[in-house]
Amino acid sequence: MATDNILKNLILKVWRQASPKDKGKFVTYTIQNVSTGSSFFEMLDLLNDDLIRKGDEPVAFDHDCREGICGTCSLFINGKPHGPDNLITTCQLHMRKFKEGETITIEPWRSAAFPVMKDLIVDRNAFEKIIQAGGFVSVNTGGIPDANAIPIAHDAAEESMDAAQCIGCGACVAACKNASAMLFVAAKVSHLALLPQGKTEATRRAKAMVAKMDELGFGNCTNTGACEAECPKGISIANIARLNREFLVAKFQD
Amino acid sequence: MSQIQSNIPSGPLTEKWTQHKANLKVVSPANKRKLDVIVVGTGLAGASASSSLAELGYNVTTFCYQDSPRRAHSVAAQGGINAAKNYQNDNDSVYRLFMDTIKGGDYRSREANVYRLAEVSNLIIDQCVAQGVPFAREYGGLLDNRSFGGSLVSRTFYARGQTGQQLLIGAYGALSRQVGLGTVKLETRHEMLDLVVIDGVARGIIARDMVTGEIKRYSAHAVVIATGGYGNVFFLSTNAMGSNGSAMWQAYKKGAYVSNPSFVQIHPTCIPVHGDQQSKLTLMSESLRNDGRVWVPKKMEDVERLRKGAVKPSQIPDEDRDFYLERRYPTYGNLVPRDVASRAAKERCDAGFGVNETGKAVFLDFKYAIKRLGKSVVEARYGNLFQMYEKIADVNPYEEPMQIYPAIHYTMGGLWVDYNLMTNIPGLFAIGEANFSDHGANRLGASALMQGLADGYFVLPYTIGEFLAGEIMKPKPDVNHEAFVAAEKDVLERAEKLINIKGELPVDHFHKELGKIMWNKVGMSRNEKGMTEAIDDIKKLKSEFWKNVRVPGKVGELNQEIEKAMRVADYFEIGELMALDGLERNESCGGHFREESVTEDGETLRNDEIGCYVSLWQHKDVNVAPQLIKEPLIFENVELSQRSYK
Ligand SMILES: Cc1cc2nc3c(=O)[nH]c(=O)nc-3n(C[C@H](O)[C@H](O)[C@H](O)COP(=O)(O)OP(=O)(O)OC[C@H]3O[C@@H](n4cnc5c(N)ncnc54)[C@H](O)[C@@H]3O)c2cc1C
Ligand code: FES
Repeated sequence: MATDNILKNLILKVWRQASPKDKGKFVTYTIQNVSTGSSFFEMLDLLNDDLIRKGDEPVAFDHDCREGICGTCSLFINGKPHGPDNLITTCQLHMRKFKEGETITIEPWRSAAFPVMKDLIVDRNAFEKIIQAGGFVSVNTGGIPDANAIPIAHDAAEESMDAAQCIGCGACVAACKNASAMLFVAAKVSHLALLPQGKTEATRRAKAMVAKMDELGFGNCTNTGACEAECPKGISIANIARLNREFLVAKFQD
Repeated sequence: MSQIQSNIPSGPLTEKWTQHKANLKVVSPANKRKLDVIVVGTGLAGASASSSLAELGYNVTTFCYQDSPRRAHSVAAQGGINAAKNYQNDNDSVYRLFMDTIKGGDYRSREANVYRLAEVSNLIIDQCVAQGVPFAREYGGLLDNRSFGGSLVSRTFYARGQTGQQLLIGAYGALSRQVGLGTVKLETRHEMLDLVVIDGVARGIIARDMVTGEIKRYSAHAVVIATGGYGNVFFLSTNAMGSNGSAMWQAYKKGAYVSNPSFVQIHPTCIPVHGDQQSKLTLMSESLRNDGRVWVPKKMEDVERLRKGAVKPSQIPDEDRDFYLERRYPTYGNLVPRDVASRAAKERCDAGFGVNETGKAVFLDFKYAIKRLGKSVVEARYGNLFQMYEKIADVNPYEEPMQIYPAIHYTMGGLWVDYNLMTNIPGLFAIGEANFSDHGANRLGASALMQGLADGYFVLPYTIGEFLAGEIMKPKPDVNHEAFVAAEKDVLERAEKLINIKGELPVDHFHKELGKIMWNKVGMSRNEKGMTEAIDDIKKLKSEFWKNVRVPGKVGELNQEIEKAMRVADYFEIGELMALDGLERNESCGGHFREESVTEDGETLRNDEIGCYVSLWQHKDVNVAPQLIKEPLIFENVELSQRSYK
């Protein structure tokens, strides 16, 4: 392991908002003696520990696996979803990316489709609704042929896996000036459409998911590429092109 | 022993499940519509059960504490899932998977359950492929496999280093489809805090809405607990921060037996602790032991030079490296089961050969694999794990070996269930990691995903019918029944009490202290004195907690501190029972290493005379010791032998 140092002082500007209706504001805190080997959340744990001992309210933030896979964590750090490092989630961000005395600004995702519930926690239920509209293969449990009955080309499986890696964190929406969910939808559509099992209902799936996305108030995609740049899993906007090319054309043919 | 009804069918091992299914009651489609089932948990077990039950026609309400079912901690499983497909033609079979699992569990699980698990394993892979799980494939288009510890065949299916994620997305898709169809009602950000039992039957739960803080009542004809493991008793573990034991514990307090609570798995390959600010530990998948070689220096002077940073690990020549697993276990080498690998790492570190400043790390080296296979092959297999490692440790594992150390990972113990996966409370079922059923004293790698999905897709949907068939004439229980009112009141009082302590110290302080007691005295190596002390230490800490914890805010709002406080309050009690169970089991087996019971070369020494049992703990009253009941383990098909991986 790399040798850890101690950051003696950091200044945190944290978004505090008591409830969805509250207007919210930035509050500045200072924090001492953070190890560079600590994760960003371990730094926030330290802040909360301090706040609780002082009799203040700790900062609410979403987190669970703390290893970059569950997609629970969010946070806009110094103006970037999941902070300054690339291809990671906030929970994988480590304090060695920050400098002694630095001011760190911490905000929730900002998007009309993801309203703030408290402090840094947002409501991402809209993503659930999009998946429920069609983000699956319609098979019941049981009565399935042998797994090797349908060979699938190695590269198709790999390409599908590239898209399937999406963790549903919402960074793409947060990064987009239009608050579009196209990368999220396109990743799911691609994951399934690239496999023979998912191809059968691919068009129906794409249309249902896009219609739901529109209904929920996500913005339009204008190809800025910000989503791809901020995606912690490196999901490519080529998936959006595929969605447009293969499926949304069909929409106009109906 | 007559009070234990494990309901294991008679007949030959290979026929038991088939026969049993033929005898199980079936509920008609029209009647299924009249029956309500609560499923708590949306990991592989809960999501697969919810969708399968809803497809059958039951009305399902499903709970999870995260904001989406897809975030259940099954998502973090990396390495893979076992099945006895024998696609590799390496002489695998249902019988071999059964044997490996029984042996891996050190002969402390039920033959019949394990055989059934092996039997349905193949269906799981078929199901997942149909759902669109992008498993790794050969160039010919067929499914690829890798090897895992404790087995000599290649039977592990995988999707890069994200197998759990992909399987969960499959099950989550199936669940979401049912939510869209209106057959499953989904309650995300809801935490179960009590079980409601009416006339001895499980009839519902009390859950806290984690957004509003409201305490709510939910009723049903049956309740399924699929809430995962309780490894977070140790504070530091590979579990998610929110993983908890509260559903199990509240069920226990309502009369459900908890079995083998001391059986926890310590995973050999986790990223070592960096310091006091550490909040959780990250696993590096067991699959890495396929291609990585574990070593520490042979010479103490190299250890010292490493610690000083005077030399890089890669500069230590091969002849000065002690590949201690290959040395001690030539047959299985780096692929010995987890408990064996963990203890071997501890042995080297205790002997002073730990390779980092804390002395608590060994190397896992890919130099040899990269030489043999090329960097691109290694990258394709483990790229995401290497990236994860580099982000945490700030070391590039393509160039220098990883540092690893054992950490708490999985709990084999859990709610006692019979062959139908029903607890001793009628109508209360437990599936996945939350039950005790299939892994004995040590779980083999890639078998938890298999068990969670076996339970949810292919066992519970059949066995629950046996119970529910008797319920068709009964209306959905009324949530105004006095049992619901009392349970709700009890939860609210517990929560209010915590808030009103208004002490000095945050919840995490107590949780960390508890973790230290557990790790030092009920961890990788245990003895009578340590566990007796642990019980005492925990009692003191618990009483200090109830006097001096500070939980800010209110119950009736989004309040992450009250969430934690409720969980930690249960962890003290779970920890105590774990120590008691470990104390009671005066033999070593699997992950339970009693210093009083070891072979000459320091391996676990089972004592089948006294140890062939499942412990069932029954809650008495708050100040009365729990009662231990033993379910004898009867082996009709397997000959018990000392495990040897030499
Ligand atoms: C890092 C890691 C890697 C692993 N890798 C592998 C592997 O490669 N192969 C393998 O076979 N196994 C692996 N395992 C083990 C395996 O992942 C788990 O045992 C398994 O996924 C557990 O599934 P589950 O459905 O029982 O529980 P979980 O997936 O843990 O789900 C628990 C569910 O219960 C809910 N819940 C919990 N408490 C409450 C409550 N009180 N109220 C309401 N809801 C609640 C949660 O929200 C969640 O939905 C790994 C485990 C870890 C931690
Ligand atoms: S907490 Fe799970 S991805 Fe960050």
